[in-house]
Amino acid sequence: MQDKHSQGEGIRPPRSDANHSKNNPDLQDQRSAIENTEQNKTNQPLAIELRKISKRFGQVQANNNIDLQVQRGTVHGIVGENGAGKSTLMSILYGFYQADSGEILINGSPANIKNSRDAISAGIGMVHQHFMLVDTFTVLENVLLGAEQSAVLKKSADNARQALQHLSDEYQMSVPLDTLTGELPVGQQQRTEILKALYRNAEILILDEPTGVLTPQEADQLFRVLQALKERGVTIILITHKLREIMDITDNVSVLRMGEIVSTQRTADTNIAELAELMVGRKLQTQHFNKVEHPNGSNGIEVHNLTVTDDRGLTRVDNVSFEVKAGEIVGIAGVAGNGQSTLLRVLAGIEPPDSGSFIINGRTVDAQTHVNPKEMREIGVQHVPEDRLKLGLIKSFTAAESSVLGYQNRRRFNWRVFLNMRSIRAACKSLMQAFDVRPSDPKLKSASFSGGNQQKLILARELDQSPSVLLVGQPTRGVDIGAIELIHKKIIDIRDANCAVLLVSVELDEIMTLSDRIIVMFEGRIVGTVSGKDADKTTLGLMMANAMESAA
Amino acid sequence: MSTSNIELPAWIEVILIPLLNICIALFFAGLIIFAIGENPIEAVRVMLNGAFGYDEGVGYTLYYTTNFIFTGLAVAIAFHARLFNIGGEGQAYIAGLGIGLSFLLLDNVLPPVLLIPVGILSAALFGALWALIPAWLQAYRGSHIVITTIMFNFIASSLMVYLLVNVMIKPGSMSPETREFSEASWLPFMHEIFGWFGVTITRTPLNISFLLALVCCLLVWIYIWKTRWGYALRTAGQSEAAAVYAGIKPKKIIIITMCISGALAGFVAVNEIMGVHHRLILNFTAGYGFTGIAVALMGRNHPLGIIFASLLFGVLYQGGAELAFEMPRITREMVVAIQGLIILFSGALALMLRPAIVKIWLAIRPIPSVAQHG
Repeated sequence: MQDKHSQGEGIRPPRSDANHSKNNPDLQDQRSAIENTEQNKTNQPLAIELRKISKRFGQVQANNNIDLQVQRGTVHGIVGENGAGKSTLMSILYGFYQADSGEILINGSPANIKNSRDAISAGIGMVHQHFMLVDTFTVLENVLLGAEQSAVLKKSADNARQALQHLSDEYQMSVPLDTLTGELPVGQQQRTEILKALYRNAEILILDEPTGVLTPQEADQLFRVLQALKERGVTIILITHKLREIMDITDNVSVLRMGEIVSTQRTADTNIAELAELMVGRKLQTQHFNKVEHPNGSNGIEVHNLTVTDDRGLTRVDNVSFEVKAGEIVGIAGVAGNGQSTLLRVLAGIEPPDSGSFIINGRTVDAQTHVNPKEMREIGVQHVPEDRLKLGLIKSFTAAESSVLGYQNRRRFNWRVFLNMRSIRAACKSLMQAFDVRPSDPKLKSASFSGGNQQKLILARELDQSPSVLLVGQPTRGVDIGAIELIHKKIIDIRDANCAVLLVSVELDEIMTLSDRIIVMFEGRIVGTVSGKDADKTTLGLMMANAMESAA
Repeated sequence: MSTSNIELPAWIEVILIPLLNICIALFFAGLIIFAIGENPIEAVRVMLNGAFGYDEGVGYTLYYTTNFIFTGLAVAIAFHARLFNIGGEGQAYIAGLGIGLSFLLLDNVLPPVLLIPVGILSAALFGALWALIPAWLQAYRGSHIVITTIMFNFIASSLMVYLLVNVMIKPGSMSPETREFSEASWLPFMHEIFGWFGVTITRTPLNISFLLALVCCLLVWIYIWKTRWGYALRTAGQSEAAAVYAGIKPKKIIIITMCISGALAGFVAVNEIMGVHHRLILNFTAGYGFTGIAVALMGRNHPLGIIFASLLFGVLYQGGAELAFEMPRITREMVVAIQGLIILFSGALALMLRPAIVKIWLAIRPIPSVAQHG
């Protein structure tokens, strides 16, 4: 990581020394004292000041009396569980919502931000979690979009090209300006988003979960860019679930819980455990799972030379062989898009393999004998899909309806023709209770649940079948810490019930926490296998980028 | 802010919003009527009186309503599987062919008690078959169902002209129509049914297929929301990927749904051929298939909404005809323009008012389920 003490051009605040903070019990008071004096000293207005911001959605108080001060030229982290109000707060700042009450001050003067245009002219730029880019436009066109200066593009384009060249030199973030955005790796797409904001003269940059889609190496690059931006006086607000990133990159951190700020402090004065506790509002158990050393069960999944090509003829899974034993969790690590998703779909019976074969729970599948997802369920192969909103449930269905997706033909849930809604609701209710799905109301629309609760419902549905093989993709993507704890525990429980678990996740931490063995995939191939015990992040990260082979 | 995913209670969604849309449409229609020098209030009075004022008017209104319910349901059920069936017109037309063929062959052979079921079934079968081909092309060849169903309307039309002029025409007749079917195959008119109970009402084309239409509404509602096939249909309509994940075959859903849709559209022929004309004639579908799209849009693809939307269009057809008759300055074309306005505001612009209504709703009545703003 970057040197944490590097301060660009004397922009405050100097980070407090770690030792210094440990020796001071009265940090809170001292901190505010320091801030006040320093603010007076440098006489620099705050980049952002939110005063008593409140926002209700119906009965839900999304933001309650939020006071937030962000110093100019700092990286300010905002953490909180899903539904804590982070996105609402940032949406208010960026003009998507209007606060019910409260004040926003930008650079010391009150700002009336009614829409994103106002936000941009106030110097605020936002990099969304899901990029707002037109895939079929070049990088240059994307940056220009909405900031054209005249009807004919030529002149604006030339200006933009010059400005972008300048920006990318300044911050060492080169992006090929004339490449179609859709063809770029996600890390570069994200840079395009950042350039877009900078081109619009953003002095305040809001990043919403920026590292969710990046490899550890790409994330490091991003942090270097953020560091460079900070050194040149850009104020950065970083919204993230990942507390490690908060520790690595931010100067100050605010924790939101249930719509309120429960703490704002210097990052150096706190630690991951404390932040996690503040977020969840209770102590979290330390996650330590016993790794199975030598699983002696039979093979739940046996894959032999499996190859899968997609519609465009690209090889997505390339001659892959491995096995997962009963009572074992095998994690597949890899940057998103390196064949893990395809592998999971093929094993679940959604797509047929092109060559090779696999034996899953005793059933052999190859290019000739395709087994569809329905039959897979019947032989005890359960699948928690990666994309819960597209595959795992139907947003417009009630939770009860979604809770039988894939099992709608089971005798329990219907009388041959008619659905037995009473039994479906009762079953859903008991799933909700077992997995602490909130609110536990089977009649609510699936879309009304937070990501974590949707995920818990899907997991509950699949685990309720007591699978002997569980295929699980991104079990905690976009899920808050409290729910992660529960989801991980349930996966471990099912493993201990002698289920063979294949876990696909882009979260290295998750793979390392859960897996007994780890397989790393790169461009459809298996590039390494590590035992869960010996795994370390650097090695895995390098394998994921396939740097091991090229270095050797 | 986006309001499209904020839920409103059913009564606002299904009754209030459509009602407001109609009011806006009527307001603009009123402006037009005012502009040509007629009294808009008077025009509305004539129209409503024409539709509801006397039993003959009511009969005609409900007779039109019957056709709209069938075609509206046809569009709606397909829509739930995210299929846009524009081919109701052709499917109804070909269903008429089905009735014509079976009656020409069988009306003097089969016992009377079987004729009517056979007629209804052949209408459903032929309508379904005419929808099956585009469905198959969509499912297995990827041909867009909007395009193919539109094209199949033209094919149906040409085919019917050919058959009626060259093949099925009553020998010696000058007009392209079949011979009259035997009386045993006629559906009883409502005035006849009322007559059995000693109630005398004016003779109108309204026949018992109106009741069939209401039964179809109920069956469609049960099918979509209460059966596991409907569950599969809705799943496939909401997300094809989720359907595959759930072991549902989207291709199969396309085929089944389009067949049901075609059969429903085909029931227009039951109303028209078996109920009213008693012979196969040209162009008996008269655009009902297309209006069904507007009906379904307006009725929010819900059978209950479709009944009300169909009634509205029934009123427009019947009351509009009366209006053109009573107020000479309001021509038949003007009535079509008014219908167009209603379709515009309640179909194409159906959701125009929704964001404002959502805001008002959120302000006056909090809903607890919006907890996902994280």
